Amino acid sequence: MEKKIILEIENLSVSFQQYDRGFGRTDLDVIRDLNVTVHEGEMVAVVGSSGSGKSLLAHAILGILPYNGALGGTILYEGEELTQKRKEELRGNEIVLVPQSIAFLDPLMKIGPQIRKGKQDPASREKLNQIFEGYHLKQEVQNLYPFELSGGMNRRVLVSTAMMGNPRLVIADEPTPGLHMSMVRRVMSHFRELADGGAGVLLITHDLEQALEVADRVVVFYAGTTVEDADVKDFAREETLRHPYSRALWRALPQNGFQFIGGTQPYVKDLPEGCPFGPRCDHFCEKCKGEIPYREIRGGRVRCILEDGELE
Amino acid sequence: MILEAKHISFRYGADSRQILDDFSLRLTQEERVGLIAPSGFGKTTFCKILAGYERPDQGEVLLNDQPLSAYKGYCPVQMIWQHPEQVVNPRLRMREVLAEGDRLEQSVIEGLGIEPDWLNRYPAELSGGELQRFCIARALGERTQFILADEISTMLDLITQSQIWSFLVEEVQKRGIGLLAVSHSTPLLWQVCTRVEDLGKKM
Amino acid sequence: MRRFNGRQRTALLFGLAVLFLILITLLGQLYAEEAMATDFSRKDRAPCLAYLFGTDWMGRDMFVRTLTGLSMSIRIGLLAAGVSALLALLLGIVSATMGRAVDAVVTWVIDLVMGIPHILLLILISYACGKGFRGVVIGVSLTHWTSLARLIRGEVLQLKEAEYIKVAGKLGLSPWQIASKHMVPHLFPQFLVGLILLFPHAILHEASITFLGFGLSPEQPAIGVILSESMQYLAMGKWWLALFPGLLLVLTVVLFDVAGESLRKLLSPGSAQV
Repeated sequence: MEKKIILEIENLSVSFQQYDRGFGRTDLDVIRDLNVTVHEGEMVAVVGSSGSGKSLLAHAILGILPYNGALGGTILYEGEELTQKRKEELRGNEIVLVPQSIAFLDPLMKIGPQIRKGKQDPASREKLNQIFEGYHLKQEVQNLYPFELSGGMNRRVLVSTAMMGNPRLVIADEPTPGLHMSMVRRVMSHFRELADGGAGVLLITHDLEQALEVADRVVVFYAGTTVEDADVKDFAREETLRHPYSRALWRALPQNGFQFIGGTQPYVKDLPEGCPFGPRCDHFCEKCKGEIPYREIRGGRVRCILEDGELE
Repeated sequence: MILEAKHISFRYGADSRQILDDFSLRLTQEERVGLIAPSGFGKTTFCKILAGYERPDQGEVLLNDQPLSAYKGYCPVQMIWQHPEQVVNPRLRMREVLAEGDRLEQSVIEGLGIEPDWLNRYPAELSGGELQRFCIARALGERTQFILADEISTMLDLITQSQIWSFLVEEVQKRGIGLLAVSHSTPLLWQVCTRVEDLGKKM
Repeated sequence: MRRFNGRQRTALLFGLAVLFLILITLLGQLYAEEAMATDFSRKDRAPCLAYLFGTDWMGRDMFVRTLTGLSMSIRIGLLAAGVSALLALLLGIVSATMGRAVDAVVTWVIDLVMGIPHILLLILISYACGKGFRGVVIGVSLTHWTSLARLIRGEVLQLKEAEYIKVAGKLGLSPWQIASKHMVPHLFPQFLVGLILLFPHAILHEASITFLGFGLSPEQPAIGVILSESMQYLAMGKWWLALFPGLLLVLTVVLFDVAGESLRKLLSPGSAQV
């Protein structure tokens, strides 16, 4: 049976107006073309290198872009357009963000009231107790302040905030930087549980290996554009991947040969016409400078002009 | 030259946790040593001590049997950091950032794929991978004898990681620079290093 | 018409504010003699074309008097704010770099000065220094440095801990090179903006204590003197004596504020602010 789509993002773009030194003003198209779909009970990872602007995806969904940012494309939530008003209504309840760091916690408020958002009714209390039990957090923790917790505990507290509101959609933005691998696995398993409980989870990360361990689908983000949307299974072999960049990523994994291709991922001001990967691609041709369609191939999607099989 | 950490103990302030406890490591210039450490082992702290950024509570860092602090001016032990954007002055152009360091072979700049045009930019106008290339170049000055690489490719994409490491390995081999690599990725360390120390198994 | 982008508009605003302030200062100087001139044949005139701000009970032209008063205020403000800012720079840097004991003392002094109401401290200092021009300048200088000193202290402390500065040390740069290459370029814009934003405070406080009688002497055409003198005539329906000088004082203060804020925006690199 086809699962219900929770979040559907089509051709999202985010740009900023910025002043240079002197009087010049430029528009930076940080995200040019981003497509992501999250189904019920599914964990989707958007993977891109740091500084590629992928965090803005979370900000766009939650409606917390800076005032000089401009948004394009469509974001559908439960089949309906996600307007700024709806974003403000839903965030914190149905749509929750698990932020990067404990800096998002109020340092002057005890953990318990903070997660319950001040609610005192027995039901909320009971719910929090249960969540804490599930994450092996002692009930005393509720009476502590954020600075009194260890890094790992704080991490679990941040995940608990996501559980509190019965979320339909969880957005985790680089939730594990600087954590040790064993802790990363534990945090990831919490997200997996949320997804298995029926919520949609959108994981935004730079770490492909981590994403491959936990996610159901991986969306590869390159220089402001999503170039491929593939099932995790497709990453087992190079041949099942659809985009030349995804394949190059695969070959660069230390366990897959540690090979590299030349060039660098361009900074937003230097993006080429058409396919952003074009200048580094073996299959580059004149057509790559034009509009590149985002097409379905073998159950996944790819933004490339090559037909399936032409990539060998 | 030999870089040696002897019986290092360290914690930040009296009430905080013991981060390093009587830890020793020896590194020659022919080696590339990888360090795998369990949770709670201060890997970054250890690199900072080894490069002279922090003083250990106990123990000492010796370079050729002399305390590292005896070397004035340019430090022969250079560290490359995980977050390049924090170790360059946002107000300087990349050309000036590079000029801060020691004399630099043109081949280093070319080998790292640094484009001439990037030299005129400010750090905010470069991607993380581009910026990290500059930080690596800056650390590879003429007088550098040892390089400490603290999760230098963790925040980068896999292709950049592979590019940067293959250049770095070739360069330290060619110039006889000792290398200590810290990473959470065991497969990466096995690709890069001549010897891998797994503290998780040792302790 | 040509459209300006936000940054150009900000620069234009800054330029206009500065130009206007310079104009007031120069005009005030030019008419200094005339401001004292009495002419009883034209006393108590309401504002008209010949006397824009009217004349007072001694037939003195209020427009000229206001300009001269403001010019005096601006000069006092410049001097006092300048001294104050230098004091702040010195103490801020000393506090951040000379060790804990020095830091504790300076921080204590900052807290102390901030803890006492400005105006009270100002009156005491000005009175102790014999009032007049000297008293006001010393008083304002000694009371206005605290917040900027605190800002600079914080910035220097933060800079000292910045990783790029520590790295520069390991790359062999001397403390002097680090200070000139890394610290000064970072501190200078903030210092400049802080300095300009001190002006409006200095001017207002000068006018206040002069109004209260602890500042400039009554024979000087200062804004504070003009306002306090005109108080007794307000009840007699001579509203213009206080209104225009007051308005122009407010305008001057606002202009300094505008200049400072626009400069702050202009100096922050790559800023998205308009």
